[in-house]
Amino acid sequence: MRDIGKSFPGVRALDGVTLALFAGEVLALVGENGAGKSTLMKILAGAQPADQGEILIDGQHVRIDNPKAAENLGIGMIYQEFNLVPALDAIENITLGDEPQNGVFLDRRKAVEEASAVLAELGITLPLDVEVARLSVAQQQMVEIAKELRRHARIIVMDEPTASLTENEIERLFSIIKKLKAGGVGIIYISHRLEELPRIADRITVLRDGRAIETRKVADFPPDDVIRAMVGRALEAHFPELPPIAIDAPIVLAVRDLLRPPAVNGISFEVRAGEILGIAGLVGAGRTETLRSIAAADLPQGGEIEILGRRLRARSPADSIEAGVAFITEDRKAQGLILGMTVRENITLAHLDQFVNRELLIDRAKETTVASKFIAELRIRTPSGEQLVRNLSGGTQQKVVLAKWLVGKASVFLFDEPTRGIDVGSKSEIYHLIVELARQGAAIVMVSSELPEVLGMAHRILVIREGRVAAAFSREDATPDKIIAVATGTAA
Amino acid sequence: MAEEQVKTVLTEAAEAAHVKQARLYWLRIVLAALGLLVVVVLVNRAAGGSFLEPSNLIRVLRQITYEAILAFGQTFVIITAGIDLSVGSLVSLTGVAMALFANAMPFHGFALIVATLLFGIVVGAAAGFINAVPVVRLNLPPFITTLAMMLMAVGLSYKLCHGRPVALASGDFTNIGYGLFLGSVFTKLHLPGIPIVVIWMVVIAIVTSVLLTRTRFGRYVFALGGNEEAARLAGIPVARIKTLVYVISGVCAGITGFLLMANFSSGSPNTATGDELLESIAAVVVGGTSLMGGRGSIVGTFFGALLIGVLYNVMNLLGIESYTQKIVLGAVILLAVVLDELRKRYLARA
Repeated sequence: MRDIGKSFPGVRALDGVTLALFAGEVLALVGENGAGKSTLMKILAGAQPADQGEILIDGQHVRIDNPKAAENLGIGMIYQEFNLVPALDAIENITLGDEPQNGVFLDRRKAVEEASAVLAELGITLPLDVEVARLSVAQQQMVEIAKELRRHARIIVMDEPTASLTENEIERLFSIIKKLKAGGVGIIYISHRLEELPRIADRITVLRDGRAIETRKVADFPPDDVIRAMVGRALEAHFPELPPIAIDAPIVLAVRDLLRPPAVNGISFEVRAGEILGIAGLVGAGRTETLRSIAAADLPQGGEIEILGRRLRARSPADSIEAGVAFITEDRKAQGLILGMTVRENITLAHLDQFVNRELLIDRAKETTVASKFIAELRIRTPSGEQLVRNLSGGTQQKVVLAKWLVGKASVFLFDEPTRGIDVGSKSEIYHLIVELARQGAAIVMVSSELPEVLGMAHRILVIREGRVAAAFSREDATPDKIIAVATGTAA
Repeated sequence: MAEEQVKTVLTEAAEAAHVKQARLYWLRIVLAALGLLVVVVLVNRAAGGSFLEPSNLIRVLRQITYEAILAFGQTFVIITAGIDLSVGSLVSLTGVAMALFANAMPFHGFALIVATLLFGIVVGAAAGFINAVPVVRLNLPPFITTLAMMLMAVGLSYKLCHGRPVALASGDFTNIGYGLFLGSVFTKLHLPGIPIVVIWMVVIAIVTSVLLTRTRFGRYVFALGGNEEAARLAGIPVARIKTLVYVISGVCAGITGFLLMANFSSGSPNTATGDELLESIAAVVVGGTSLMGGRGSIVGTFFGALLIGVLYNVMNLLGIESYTQKIVLGAVILLAVVLDELRKRYLARA
């Protein structure tokens, strides 16, 4: 039995965490953002040194000073942002850093053989000779797993592996994880999605404030208990109550036959003032692309968009913002924020015209006032408006993005995966903000891959498949089964 | 009521953090200034006291003027994560073009000076615009488009004047090139006068610095360099801002061309095809502007240019010959950016 024990009493970030992982088990590691999960994993991966404590593998003391040492010890990391070279194909990525050689030349045939062997072992089929940049997120993840397995990883850490996967893809991932387990690999599984843990994990360890609060077998650890351990208190109802839509509420956003092939193939819907429309569907069904077309992030090739009865002909995001559309993108780091700018600068960025005085200079004092107001109202956890956004946690960053769009008087809010990768506490705050916007009469469209979120937060649910509206449900009629059946095309 | 309290507490905490940050910032500047002072005094000793003479300090400022103005324009481009390799050639091109223009004009005096300067600025701006079009429309790397412009501009400037410097027929420009600012006043006070070109540099520094730090345009330049996609989705007119950045660099090249033409009383195709370009880029980078974009300042660039100027000056005073000077300059630039990076890493860890 390979037995891994390690403990690092550390300062602040990690305060004496002890963790044990057995061969062939999946240990789920959960905790709010800032609980110490990533620091702990970085130490294991050799990306950061521990101040104190020790790591044992098979009962032996080991030193992990750098990523190479971790690799040699059979520790593999699969981060949320993959470590793949986009321009290389699957074979080249799987063998990267340890390429089979034929003299001084690369031995492509051997590489194909070795990579295929690993893939076959996992029961994965992939296009092998296209750039990985053109593979889906799920396929890229499989390339990562294959890469680690070929290096004989015995411990694999997966950080939020299901964050961008659809239900089907998650099933496939879980079956792969089961094969890894059967092969004796120990897996540390970090996830915010508590509901999936019973399906995949053997034990759950909860981290809070740099300490391991509790470890139990999954069967003895109901989700409510997990949440209580994570936040240190019982959470009230997960989703806020939705405000009713006024009977005479006007249609704020109307979309007709929106076209942007291949992703969007004729989508129509209407959203009334105060209404939250949830959009469900598989990854790649065209949900994000629909939002992007409305916001003019990509220009639609056909169809009509109307805002409060006025035709919107946006030629750039600037035009759609002018018309009252706020687009909160799914990837806040790449699309929502300027990480090297301060909280204040990010909040005012999209509406700087409001902060320019008569001499055409930016009114710094007014900026500070507005930024402070939002920091207080949204409880943005930052020492000041002058903090760089880069230094904030995921949930806090998301609030900065929200604040940015609240500065303007938008009538339509498009949310794409508004709570991806953020902690339970921030999630609940974001939900309340969305509901508050609806109460004030905004029309809200919310795309989410988390079914409970769509079910709990939307008045009406649209299911999109292959760029078309496959079905629409009222809140009362919608069930997870129905949505999944329509989304996957298995409905009668 | 509880909400109000939360707000007050938060604002106060923010205020305190801000004050602390500002204090740290000034502390750093004071420390740096003290360190510089010690070095300067030591160097001055070694040079027999000649370094700190007012006339020598003014000579340094005068020497860095042209590179500094180019570097101010370059700062905008580099903050957007771009680069403008054409500025040196554009100085030559605008110089020759302006000299031909001035000689062809029928009028004299102030009108001629203004018309010539405007002409040079228009030529520089046009070249900057041409630099920007492929970058903005086709997303081509600015390294290539401005490299192409560098070659075309220098070729064109030789062609325009058939390879010979164009002497200015009018003496109207002499004062700008050689003159002193309020010369008679300074002479009465037994002080060396400040060259007019230095005044130009200072004015351009102030204008560009205000543009970069206090206006919407400046904020957008930083946003664009920090994250172009996020900037676009925030409604920032990315194409327009990017174009303007290259136009500003071209305009700075035009102004530099004007000042050098006035100084030489002629427009020459080989005015600034030597180290000017690379030294101006070095000034920007040594001044703390990131080649990756999103970070930088005009003040930093000025001090970067000043550092390079002081180095040359000191080496001259110490009698170091010019080949060695180049080696030392290169080493110092490398050292400066390495130290800056180490400092940043240290801060990130603390």
